[in-house]
Amino acid sequence: MSIKIGKKTYAERIQDGIDNAFMRQAVSSAQGRFRSGRLKAAEDLGDWEEWRTLGEEIRHHTMENLDYYLYQLSEQVEKRGGTVFFAKTAEEANQYVQKIAREKEAKKVVKSKSMVTEEIGLNEALEESGCEVVESDLGEWILQLDEDPPSHIVTPALHKNKEQIRETFAEKKGYTGSDQPEELAAFAREQLRQDFLSADIGVTGCNFAVAESGAVTLVTNEGNARMVTSLPDTQISVMGMERIVPTWEDLEVVVSLLTRAAVGQKLTSYITALTGTKLEGEVDGPEEFHLVIVDNGRSKILGTEFQSALHCIRCAACINACPVYRHVGGHSYGSIYPGPIGAVLTPLLDGYEDHKDLPYASTLCAACTEACPVKIPLHEHLIRHREIIVEREQMGSKAEAVMMKGYAKWASTSAAYKLSTKMAHTALKPWTEDDYISNGPGPLKGWTASRDFPAPARQSFRNWYKQREKRRNDG
Amino acid sequence: MTIHHREHFLNEIAEQLGRPRRTEVEPPVYSVQPQDRVLAGARADELVDVLEKQCEVIHTNLEKATVETLPEVLRKVLNAYGVRSVVAAGGPRNQVSGMDEFYDRLSGEGYEVRVWDEQEGRSNVEFAERAGAGIVFSDLTLAESGTVALFNDRFNGRSISLLPETFIAIVPKSTLVPRMTQAGRLIHAEESKGNPVSSCVSFVTGPSNSADIEMNLIVGVHGPVKATYIVVDDM
Repeated sequence: MSIKIGKKTYAERIQDGIDNAFMRQAVSSAQGRFRSGRLKAAEDLGDWEEWRTLGEEIRHHTMENLDYYLYQLSEQVEKRGGTVFFAKTAEEANQYVQKIAREKEAKKVVKSKSMVTEEIGLNEALEESGCEVVESDLGEWILQLDEDPPSHIVTPALHKNKEQIRETFAEKKGYTGSDQPEELAAFAREQLRQDFLSADIGVTGCNFAVAESGAVTLVTNEGNARMVTSLPDTQISVMGMERIVPTWEDLEVVVSLLTRAAVGQKLTSYITALTGTKLEGEVDGPEEFHLVIVDNGRSKILGTEFQSALHCIRCAACINACPVYRHVGGHSYGSIYPGPIGAVLTPLLDGYEDHKDLPYASTLCAACTEACPVKIPLHEHLIRHREIIVEREQMGSKAEAVMMKGYAKWASTSAAYKLSTKMAHTALKPWTEDDYISNGPGPLKGWTASRDFPAPARQSFRNWYKQREKRRNDG
Repeated sequence: MTIHHREHFLNEIAEQLGRPRRTEVEPPVYSVQPQDRVLAGARADELVDVLEKQCEVIHTNLEKATVETLPEVLRKVLNAYGVRSVVAAGGPRNQVSGMDEFYDRLSGEGYEVRVWDEQEGRSNVEFAERAGAGIVFSDLTLAESGTVALFNDRFNGRSISLLPETFIAIVPKSTLVPRMTQAGRLIHAEESKGNPVSSCVSFVTGPSNSADIEMNLIVGVHGPVKATYIVVDDM
């Protein structure tokens, strides 16, 4: 996989999403639960706005000094017996991991959930070099068996129902039980336990590295990340280069924000901070540790007006707050990073060419910005993306370009504007019923396909205002 | 070579940030510190109350004991779970707390008991894989979130608190702190003094769980399915 998923167009993906009744219902109920969980956790903690400010300050300070902290991190990892590989591109990162797998003659690689390895397509690279790759997060395992991409960054299989999951388990793994979630999970536990015990290499992502000590911190609930880092002899952790904090004091703050904003938990079941290789006398834990630090387009965001997009701590609070995500679901974005943060990040990491529609997948209601625990101004970034797309890149849709040009000419000519606002009511009359247009012509069609458009008033605002002024002056 | 391609990578970052490479950074002073106010000034007993309440949220059973009653309480817990095989962390605390004798007694009664022993190597892990319960001491206990922090080491293998179906943590009351803030601070202070952090710090909050299937909470996925904390007075 890479950032981009599937070959369908934006419009086709949206239509698929809208037609998927189960997914829409699941997303809407999940959003409700995530949202109330987040709000309650914030209220229980108290001073949430101060916490957000602190989170923002920590992230800002870290990005401003990123070269320093990455240097410190790599020194510490080396001191603790680990190897660090700085990868400029996805290919470089994959080639390095492939090289380790070859050296270890690895047959089986077991993974815990990681968005960055999805982004760089690590599974495919490892499979190419002959390794069996097993995803061990329950949601990721379901998706792997079904060859389906994630639709949410915290609960990746949100779009699937338990009946579909039962069928997948039955078809791919010979499962004969019911579709009770507990029974399905118990089956996964039993199946994957053998994989943990027999894997040659464990691969993890990284929620936050800690520069001062060289730790890689994983925030999880299922316990699979602990298995991946306790049982195989070799551990490879892959991190986006911005996923770092200076100290353990900072770690504590961003973790407190992450677990609350993501799932409304005070802490998840496991926060695991792993540093280097196992020490002398220790029985479990890796003998060999590799940290792969990935750029893959991130450095180009530094020093730009979009820098705060790198502050993201991947909690998905913006996704859970977004009314557009609610209706179209994760796959509609065509990116492994969906929702508002995905619409901001994807064009930055992968270019506007394939993702120029994403900044428009927003109502600009700013619910995302309000939900963000580190105060990323997401909706403002989306507006800026739109400006860039329309003005500089000249990649806005042709219809829009023509329309905008026409509009500019029309609106700047006072007489023409006046005339057409006067005309609108009469011109649209054939499609109007009870002051609403439900099946409009031309540009109105996209709008009225899913909702009604209020018919233009008999009297334009300008006219009404002028007459009101006149009445007042006269009176 | 253990660090690859660093210079070019970091130079590019500095260049993007529009300044030369930084080799020194003053520790920042942030404008707010809300973390200091959470449970500020709470006494040990109050922290136990907070922990007890949080245990209901995280599907964890909480028992209270003194050093004298600890073996009795532990036995009651094991019996309630129907557990006959136990893997336990080793180290000096077993002696201080009388756990050594207790484990000997259990062995004498036909329980299968393994106290983690590095000399036995990988067989510790194999034992843990089929043990009914894993028993550890909490190194630091975070009242707010109901978390036991384990500094895994040669005595406290990672597998003990991970592979068995039941997780039992002995929580000396003196290990209680308000929240993760204090843990972060302690590790930061030790690092600054040149005492490197444990190779694996596990913050464990109740049994493992997942909400990956239709957002239903499933308690017990890859890690333990059941959890009990035993808070021990004056230890």
